[in-house]
Amino acid sequence: MRQALLALLLAVAPLGPVAADDSPVTVTVADPFIELHTGPGRGYPVTHVVPRGQQVRVLKRRTDWFKVRDERDREGWVHISQMTATLTPAGVALPIDDPSREQFGEHRRELGVLGGDFEGANVIAAYGSYALNPHLAVELRISQVLGSFSDGQLAGIGLAHVVRPDWRIQPLVTIGTGVLRIRPKASLVDTPERTDQTAWVGIGFKAYLSRRFILRGEYDKYVVFTDRDDNEEADEWKLGFGFFF
Amino acid sequence: MEARFRILLLTGLVALGGCAGLRGDETPMEDGETVAAAGDDSVITPEVERREVRPPKIDTENWEVGAYAGSLSVEDFEVNIVYGARLAYHISEDFFAEALYGTADAGISSYERLSGSAPLLTDSERKFKYWSVGFGWNVLPGEVFLGGTRAYNSAVYLTAGAGSTTFAGDDRFTVTLGAGARVLIKDWLAAHLDVRDHILEVDVVGTNKQTHNFEATVSLTGFF
Repeated sequence: MRQALLALLLAVAPLGPVAADDSPVTVTVADPFIELHTGPGRGYPVTHVVPRGQQVRVLKRRTDWFKVRDERDREGWVHISQMTATLTPAGVALPIDDPSREQFGEHRRELGVLGGDFEGANVIAAYGSYALNPHLAVELRISQVLGSFSDGQLAGIGLAHVVRPDWRIQPLVTIGTGVLRIRPKASLVDTPERTDQTAWVGIGFKAYLSRRFILRGEYDKYVVFTDRDDNEEADEWKLGFGFFF
Repeated sequence: MEARFRILLLTGLVALGGCAGLRGDETPMEDGETVAAAGDDSVITPEVERREVRPPKIDTENWEVGAYAGSLSVEDFEVNIVYGARLAYHISEDFFAEALYGTADAGISSYERLSGSAPLLTDSERKFKYWSVGFGWNVLPGEVFLGGTRAYNSAVYLTAGAGSTTFAGDDRFTVTLGAGARVLIKDWLAAHLDVRDHILEVDVVGTNKQTHNFEATVSLTGFF
């Protein structure tokens, strides 16, 4: 009888993991226990614990917290440090995207906001970058320049070359081109709005702060290709924060 | 005598170890050979199905998008209804990045009303439109209780951002400071109460003047 049961179990067993490969991720607790918090934060109280060997279903993730449902339909939020110690049906530790110092330099996507000075005017810039390889990234930037006498908007595309992706503070060189629109203040009389092509070359740095945060600083030299006799040059420096994902 | 014997023995062991290592380096035995050699006799070759380990698709909900409405006091130009949209990315449980866009119609200044002179601004110049990007800090995370059986996760947060305001015909550099409270009605649905101060310089009356434009809004956002 026992042998028959075992045979049946063995026959059924492979079906389990195959079915579990579909979207609701089920993992087995491998630590002595995992703690279920009432919310996705370290301060939220622990209402349940799930002991080793039991299974939980992973419902969703918010920042570093995972909402899970245990075998008795109790739900709670588990921290990433405990989730990495759970096992998938394949018997390996749950592979989780967990940004850290090691991933800095190997990350693909980056978003950030910088503020600074563009030829004496305030500038706010947002950038997004996509790394083709650890050294080279394509970057899009949009900036708003707000000065006492004129405003401007800049949109551009460029390349950023990271000299040493393995360093904590990475020097970088940028080059790019875009469009700059300069609009004089309404209080100034009879100065036309101008839209010109521009190009820049710059140096900067990216420094790893913690988790997925980056401190970024840049100095760029712009050349504005005007339709007048002389091109204009502008200096810009910016400092800000970014994060990678 | 005994010590010398021990040294001899150790030297012999080391030499043997070295040889074994060398042999291992020079003629690596391939797995196939071993299996073939052993398979002929009695050992059963196990049929192991290699399973490709892919990172599981866990639904991440770090983005938050929503709309808000409330009232905005445009300095010197009355209190007005403001509408806006908000996009946030939750970087960690403590910090988030957010982008705001809002629009309001500024009213009539006391000067215009009292003096009866020509209006200072045209209708299009009276539009108060702003955008801002910045960071927020969940300074007081917690729970709120409704009756004895319901608890909702909540947070009080502080925000700081910079952006631009279009008002009186020009774009103006704006610093936006704020504080808000968020209550999560569902895991994916949140209600907010926000107070913000948009600080910018306005030169409607000739000279530049720093203005504080306070705003109080309620909003509904969804996580995705």
